[in-house]
Amino acid sequence: MELSPRYELLASKIEEKIGDKLSRSLSSTGQLTYELPPTELVECCRFLRDADGCKFEMLMDLCGIDYLEYGETEWDTAEATNSGFSRGVQDRASDDGELRREGDAEYSPKGRFAVIYQLLSITCNHRIQLKTFCEDDEYPIVDSVISIWNCANWFEREAFDLFGILFRGHPDLRRILTDYGFIGHPFRKDFPLVGNVEMRYDPEKGRVIYEPVTIEPRTLVPRVIRTDNRYEPQLKGSKDA
Amino acid sequence: MPEIQNLTMNFGPQHPAAHGVLRMVLEMDGEVIQRADPHIGLLHRGTEKLAESKPYNQSIGYMDRLDYVSMMCNEHGYVLAIERLLKLTPPKRAQYIRVMFDEITRILNHLLWIGSHSLDVGAMAMFLYAFREREDLMDCYEAVSGTRMHATYYRPGGVYRDLPEKMPKYQPSQYRKDKDLKRLNEARSGSLLDFIEDFTDRFPKLVDEYETLLTENRIWRQRTVNIGVVSPDRAMQLGFSGPMLRGSGVLWDLRKHQPYETYAELDFDVPLGVNGDCYDRYLVRIEELRQSNHIIRQCIEWLRSNAGPVMIKDHKVAPPERLEMKDDMEGLIHHFKLFTEGYCVPEGEVYAAIEHPKGEFGVYISSDGANKPYRVKIRAAGFAHLSSMNEMVQGHMLADMVAVIGTQDIVFGEIDR
Repeated sequence: MELSPRYELLASKIEEKIGDKLSRSLSSTGQLTYELPPTELVECCRFLRDADGCKFEMLMDLCGIDYLEYGETEWDTAEATNSGFSRGVQDRASDDGELRREGDAEYSPKGRFAVIYQLLSITCNHRIQLKTFCEDDEYPIVDSVISIWNCANWFEREAFDLFGILFRGHPDLRRILTDYGFIGHPFRKDFPLVGNVEMRYDPEKGRVIYEPVTIEPRTLVPRVIRTDNRYEPQLKGSKDA
Repeated sequence: MPEIQNLTMNFGPQHPAAHGVLRMVLEMDGEVIQRADPHIGLLHRGTEKLAESKPYNQSIGYMDRLDYVSMMCNEHGYVLAIERLLKLTPPKRAQYIRVMFDEITRILNHLLWIGSHSLDVGAMAMFLYAFREREDLMDCYEAVSGTRMHATYYRPGGVYRDLPEKMPKYQPSQYRKDKDLKRLNEARSGSLLDFIEDFTDRFPKLVDEYETLLTENRIWRQRTVNIGVVSPDRAMQLGFSGPMLRGSGVLWDLRKHQPYETYAELDFDVPLGVNGDCYDRYLVRIEELRQSNHIIRQCIEWLRSNAGPVMIKDHKVAPPERLEMKDDMEGLIHHFKLFTEGYCVPEGEVYAAIEHPKGEFGVYISSDGANKPYRVKIRAAGFAHLSSMNEMVQGHMLADMVAVIGTQDIVFGEIDR
């Protein structure tokens, strides 16, 4: 989908000044999105906040994302074999943390972890999305933007808590949403939905104890990706014409 | 000379003024707060992770449970994000119904806010009055969706069903006899729209009533004026939105500035505060109650004169009519596929934001083309507001912190997610 003229203008303004640092990424929804390397993040953000015509004085949202299983399905639908369709549930216990890219999706992430920023300008009434990929999958770290937008504090703590993404320069990077003493980063794709431990009161010990989970994870509706002709841009274009 | 040390105090998570499960670790110098450290997450349910493991439509019900005092607005944000990815536009009538219920929800939310806020700072009666009116609005929820709170009424492509022609009535019981019953059922004799109209007739007078209790009240003013002052610049830095931002005097309302659904066609004003204190935010929300009432009236008028579908006819996304499903093979297939597998959403990412009663409620969805979202992130207004707690209460007395919690309109369902 194409950008509206207003956003085209904004994009040309941004790209004129810092175009060599960031790249516009494809958007299917008409939303202006830029990808930029973590090394340029703070500088670009400061520019976007202060420059005339940008004035992104508010950071509305900051979130982490884990691209480990992007485009991966739980059920092969393309071809039916003699034995029929698979039952749809795969054992994911053998995950090795490697990013798989043989999936059906078009978009290919540049790393496992990314941080996404939603900026809003009240002065100029526009929004923009920034995305930065952490360079190291094992030790994901990006610079903190607290000095630019103070509200990033808790959002960065949340991304750290749920994804284990570290923020360089954050004054107080503690867990925020999970329990005191929680182990692991629950929103990572290799963290099971049912969790790793469960908790109960042990009458003998007289306290609450943690034990490995007893529930078995199951998939009720398998994840499938179907290519739908209605959303193919070239077909859609020809129908309109 | 004795050494005087700051006292560390624990507030909540079981404190009635903590609005749920807020735990605050306060560093006190006598009765003056030096530092406040809110500990959240006691209500964390992993809504976003759960949504990643379910087809799109099955998560709508989770959205109701985020901010459990403004249920339909949460649904709206989520449904809007899906619609943007699918490039769907719901029928006009569905849009008007959504706007009407968004505003009903805003009144519901602000009524609970004013009730609990004033209860926290010492005005008992407000709570009872606010809940009296909430009851009527809950009945609207029930009439349209079957449940009083967790409606699951908004669906991608429209709303679940059209407004009912009949309003459920009270039945006689040993507690409700003839005269009472007649009074209660009088407004319920017509359709849902008649009932809502009757409510909007009564409501402005009721808001006046609330104001006589609070606006000029000496105690109320002493507890709220100049408490928790936030300057416009700081409000933007801290990521405020909604009444919190407008209370500081920043003119920003998504309904006006980035209109969605039919807000562009409706007439309403955006109230602004001047000083950015608790009292101004109170005045802003009170005026929002009146403005919402005004919007609802316009919606009723439009809905009365314009019939039409409330759901799109694309059966890849919206289920077919029951009759069609029974008669028609294709309808049956559509029905089966939709309720087993759901629908696949084209690859892409979107951030959809709405003007929630508490502020900007944003939903970021990243889709890889599957029938389940790849990542859902919910941007709850209360999360950013609560993160400013330390700054807002520093140097205030302990009792003022309760007023600040009240003014932030905190609900833990959406903060902890």
